[in-house]
Amino acid sequence: MFEYAPAPESRDIVDIKPSYGLFVNGEFVDGGGPGLKTVNPATEEPLAEVATATSDDVDRAVQAARKAFGVWSALPGAERAKYLFRIARIIQERARELAVLESLDNGKPIRESRDVDLPLVAAHFFYYAGWADKLRYAGFGDNPRPLGVAGQVIPWNFPLLMLAWKIAPALACGNTVVLKPAETTPLTALAFAEICQQADLPPGVVNIVTGAGDTGAAVVAHPDVDKVAFTGSTEVGRVIARTVAGTNKKLTLELGGKAANIVFEDAPIDQAVEGIVNGIFFNQGHVCCAGSRLLVQESIQEELLDSLRRRMATLRVGDPLDKNTDIGAINSAEQLAKIRDLSAAGESEGAERWSPACELPQRGFWFPPTLFTGVAQSHRIAREEIFGPVLSVLTFRTPAEAVEKANNTPYGLSAGVWTEKGSRILWMADRLRAGVVWANTFNKFDPASPFGGYKESGYGREGGKIGLEAYLDV
Amino acid sequence: MSRLSVRKTYKLFIGGAFPRSESGRSYVVTSPKGDFLANAARASRKDVRDAVSAARKAFPGWSGATPYNRGQILYRIAEMLEGRRAQFAEEVGGGKKPALEAVDAAVDRLVWYAGWADKIASVYGTPNPVAGPYLNLSTPEPTGVVGVVAPADPLLGLISVVAPVIVTGNTCVVVAAERAPLPAITLGEVLATSDLPGGVVNILTGHQAELAPWLASHMDVNGLDLTGVTDPELALACEQAAAENLKRVLRPVTPDWSAEPGIERMTRFLETKTVWHPAGI
Repeated sequence: MFEYAPAPESRDIVDIKPSYGLFVNGEFVDGGGPGLKTVNPATEEPLAEVATATSDDVDRAVQAARKAFGVWSALPGAERAKYLFRIARIIQERARELAVLESLDNGKPIRESRDVDLPLVAAHFFYYAGWADKLRYAGFGDNPRPLGVAGQVIPWNFPLLMLAWKIAPALACGNTVVLKPAETTPLTALAFAEICQQADLPPGVVNIVTGAGDTGAAVVAHPDVDKVAFTGSTEVGRVIARTVAGTNKKLTLELGGKAANIVFEDAPIDQAVEGIVNGIFFNQGHVCCAGSRLLVQESIQEELLDSLRRRMATLRVGDPLDKNTDIGAINSAEQLAKIRDLSAAGESEGAERWSPACELPQRGFWFPPTLFTGVAQSHRIAREEIFGPVLSVLTFRTPAEAVEKANNTPYGLSAGVWTEKGSRILWMADRLRAGVVWANTFNKFDPASPFGGYKESGYGREGGKIGLEAYLDV
Repeated sequence: MSRLSVRKTYKLFIGGAFPRSESGRSYVVTSPKGDFLANAARASRKDVRDAVSAARKAFPGWSGATPYNRGQILYRIAEMLEGRRAQFAEEVGGGKKPALEAVDAAVDRLVWYAGWADKIASVYGTPNPVAGPYLNLSTPEPTGVVGVVAPADPLLGLISVVAPVIVTGNTCVVVAAERAPLPAITLGEVLATSDLPGGVVNILTGHQAELAPWLASHMDVNGLDLTGVTDPELALACEQAAAENLKRVLRPVTPDWSAEPGIERMTRFLETKTVWHPAGI
């Protein structure tokens, strides 16, 4: 084993203000609610105080968006496109600053925010910019119209990326938006507000209201919101679906998952191990499509798990800003408690728990990469989304049994298949009830590729041509 | 005393470099009023062949680049063109206001096509529901090296024929508008500073009637856009010559360059590849 010297990315590149207001109608304004502190989950130090929006604030934001909708939706698509291209370019220009800010506020390793999140954010704006003047080619009729004001509520696991997934297609189609970032990760959304100013985006086209669950609820319930888009837990997704029931609001939901990552005996073991590690430890496992259930063919179980344990022992947990860090901080004390609770249930229900020797920092929220073997389908750790760096291992003998077990979940967001046999990949893909199937890879994202779930993982798709549908009156 | 200006030598643009014609020839380019503007290079058959070689050499890299990458580069060309707005307006000529509008329209056209790079496959490709346990997927691929005879509209027309050819991954050899070739060569300077790999676009100036037939009969050219050919007999001869290796041909047209172009200029120089793969345990 090599020793690594610390290699921290400088945080000087980002200038965090002591406090932030809401972004309404192109300006930062005070919020009516009590300020909330956002902390660095790696150190528990407060980063900034952020305003919270009351229902009156939300109402003002929706009114601003409504007013801007007339102008924005009447612009030629080519002009909307140019605004979005500008935004994409500014994101590229400020990518490192935004990556550091994301890692500070979220706890994710700088390597991920720098090499995954930010490139995808810019690419998403670039991609949907190009659709703004090509909507009639997308298969929704000659002149598909926008919906109006979109209320969007996003999670804390990929704060800026989820913002991009929501705002880019909404604006491209001619909608205006009121977006609520997650309570624990508001800072990059507020930096994005500044980017809208730099791009001279007309006021009111993008409004950012920070706050907790009640702010999000006010956005969703507002009578002048025409479209609701939510990414987050299935539990909250159900509440939102009930809230919009009986209205004309169009709804898309991207919710939880409990993805099976299925490894057949003919799979290249080393590649599969990398895919398993990426599948569950990428972003501390705070990934709705994480491969949190490993289904391994019985004949290679020992070999694969030996290899996996060896690989897990090399994972570096610690300072998110260190360029060598693989696993950063858990985003919040609340999330850490959930992971601990579910892991404890795993042990008490009889599964065997293992983690590599791994020194965790004294302050901040941390959880070691963890493996559960001997997991039964009835165990909570096989059924419930853990949203942390915890992998449950189950076994199978035949492809049919693998399909049966993989589909034995209320979720259906993603799945992974590892085999050298192409025909088997497609046979499995045909039978897996999941919105995304990765074969001999995992956690791949691209703006041109639709993403979204079956069953209780939600409905609607984000990304690609199909992703336009959520923001068009079709 | 007023300063004597330093004039630009207008040369060809081949393989990312700016050579003179190997023939050593040039021809006089004048303003619409007949004033002398420049001696432009008068390309020869050998220049056509050099340009085709350069385009062929650039094809694997350019067609193999990700669509996202190609889109970014086309957008970069738009950025660079916007930065030379005044210069192009002057070279396009014919009144300041319409000239600036033509340059703006050319920039916007590039942006329009930039967005197509990673979308044409989702509009023009398709999964095919065959009656059996197979994945069957059709995707567009670039045809190869395309010869382009550019229309008389010296910038907007030129951009409107070049952008759709290259955005999908083709490389091209362009014969610039014979009477107004200067914006085309200045465009070469824009292309050379836009991260576009050398050889993706090669620009020749000279006599259309001399150059177009060599492009049309060149056996390593896969497609031929005759948009700028105004002489019907020349067009016919080119199309007949193109038949020898079954080049994909776009016949001469006089379109309204200010209108939205549609996707036909892209799809004409795309092949459809269909892949079958069985599904089974």
